[in-house]
Amino acid sequence: MPQITYREAIRHALAEELTRDPNVVVMGEEVAQFNGAYKVTEGLLAKFGPTRIVDTPISEAGFIGLGVGASMLGIRPVMELMFWSFYSVAFDQILNNAANVRYMSGGQINCPIVIRGPANGGTNVGATHSHTPENVLANHPGVKVVVPATAYDAKGLLKSAIRDNDPVFFLENTILYGDKGEVPEGEYVIPLGKADVKRVGQDITIVTYGRCVIHSLKAAEVLEKEHRISVEVIDLRTIRPLDFDTVLASVKKTNRVLIVEEQKPFASVGTQLAYMIQREAFDDLDGPIHRLATVDAPAIYSPPVETEQLPNPGRVIKAVLAAMA
Amino acid sequence: MSKKPSAIADKKAESAVKATDYALAPINASLSPTQRIELYRTMLRIRRFEERSLRAYQGKNSTGGTNIGGFLHLYIGQEAVAVGCCSLMGKNDHVITAYRDHGHAIAVGMDTKPLMAELFGKITGCSKGKGGSMHYFAPDKNFWGGHGIVGGQIPLGTGLAYALKYQGKKGAAMAFMGDGAVNQGAVHEAYNLASLWNLPVVFVIENNGYSMGTSQERSSAGELAKRAEGYDMAWGQCNGHDVYEVRATMDKHLTLAREKSRPSTVEIDTYRYRGHSVADPDNTYRTKAEVEEYRNNKDPIQVSLHKLLAEGVLTEALVEKIDAEARAEAESAAEFADASPYPTPDDIQKDVYWESDHPSERKSEGRLFFD
Repeated sequence: MPQITYREAIRHALAEELTRDPNVVVMGEEVAQFNGAYKVTEGLLAKFGPTRIVDTPISEAGFIGLGVGASMLGIRPVMELMFWSFYSVAFDQILNNAANVRYMSGGQINCPIVIRGPANGGTNVGATHSHTPENVLANHPGVKVVVPATAYDAKGLLKSAIRDNDPVFFLENTILYGDKGEVPEGEYVIPLGKADVKRVGQDITIVTYGRCVIHSLKAAEVLEKEHRISVEVIDLRTIRPLDFDTVLASVKKTNRVLIVEEQKPFASVGTQLAYMIQREAFDDLDGPIHRLATVDAPAIYSPPVETEQLPNPGRVIKAVLAAMA
Repeated sequence: MSKKPSAIADKKAESAVKATDYALAPINASLSPTQRIELYRTMLRIRRFEERSLRAYQGKNSTGGTNIGGFLHLYIGQEAVAVGCCSLMGKNDHVITAYRDHGHAIAVGMDTKPLMAELFGKITGCSKGKGGSMHYFAPDKNFWGGHGIVGGQIPLGTGLAYALKYQGKKGAAMAFMGDGAVNQGAVHEAYNLASLWNLPVVFVIENNGYSMGTSQERSSAGELAKRAEGYDMAWGQCNGHDVYEVRATMDKHLTLAREKSRPSTVEIDTYRYRGHSVADPDNTYRTKAEVEEYRNNKDPIQVSLHKLLAEGVLTEALVEKIDAEARAEAESAAEFADASPYPTPDDIQKDVYWESDHPSERKSEGRLFFD
């Protein structure tokens, strides 16, 4: 199977869906002539032309709102946010208009928009550019939230997202863009809301998603070799809808849980998971649910310290050992 | 207490004197007597609908409970704007507006029964009791709401125009906003995109003089429509008390959108007699004399009535018949709303996701809802 990068996988998904459906439009800042701020959309302008690949001004509220309006008439806009951190200036368009228009119209309207872009810390760009808003987004009924960790998942999930009739928010990761993974050449889709057991284990379940999957897999290797702890790693892939059955089955098997997330701790995705696990698997737990999150402060700039503010393999190992103690 | 910069006030005085001229504009001269009466009738139906809704708001239902909850933003006094604009709609023209949306909903042809039922929070409402007064929608009539956040609907309206252009359809979007919305950033971002991309949209500022309780002179620098110049857009102003003038002005702007795919902004001078919402006691920011001046001398329904009587299109007997029908329609809508059932708790989680409403076509897995 060919090895391609996470970035290329997303690009392939965009190109395939642009080819398949003439209503798909890619729109965002620097997506066309500049070939993408992170080169995700590189070459798409040359292939599909300026009607399908559209550069926007720096005007997130304007162009995201325009995409929401166009989607009500059947366009399928795939909007790039250069950083998901910029969602704050388009908050009303994303979470009042896209999220609510179906409900407020009594189901008369649907909004098949995809908003995608990176949402991560770890690149020393400071607090304004390092937000991870998946918990904020998923708090709004009506929306779907996807956070892929691998090239294979990114491609299959993005294709599903573009075909979905509800608004889908797709959170990528700048640090993963260059990571290579096996991706088949043929057509495939991965349904939203289906978790993936990335590593089978017996002693403890790590529930995670996004780049923390990679950290957790690295930590699991070390824990196996050096501590003889067998770790199961569950990659949620989609936050909403949530494949909780896969989480439950694993917890019932290992009886111990560590949640790993690049979220600030308060009211995070992990908070919701912990609530659900204790509610539905209380008797299966041999100890309290543990959680490793980003250290609770705005994202620090200082490069070596930011690495320690975020989850990383070393912190995951410590957290697993604490949970097993 | 003064409402407007003098330029608009002068224009209004001028148009009051020469108001009949607009009846001769080609878009109006071609109207049949029946069509002229329909403009009047629609304005009156809106007025009677809203007066009836206000009585329902202030009254109690048969079990002593509240008929209408939350906000009720009445359009009374502004009817010529929505009616004039929406009377020009062709099959590829679309409308979106803010929360003062009853007039637009009736003007695009929505049935008043589900509109009243929506106010009453009933399952027979146009949004199944899920939207309320501020959130009327009728996609089948090219009406896209009904939006609660000031200015938030303007990017959506620009997106409707984008879709028309992308799909190669010759039409226009009319994106309505109040005078308070012109200070919202989303409006300016939409102006820029519309002009930059040559989108067929007409931004309609319904200037009733007050953004809630703050007068134009206390909230907005300069003339409102003129801000379009900064975005290289055409703009115009007109008197919104005369439905013919609204039509004559809007026809030019819609033609610019449909034929040249160029956006423009129109500021329509109008006035609301009631408070910002029913909750507004309306005693802090304007005088009773000012309200009376508009009610007595510039009321769009009265202006229209006098013209139609002078033209010989309407007779006193017909006027009475039309009013009786409008009152009966409003009463019938209220009876329908009162008699209709509420949604049930089981309805709360319907209409959230397209996928959960179409389970046989669902492709995603996992839990969509949480408890």
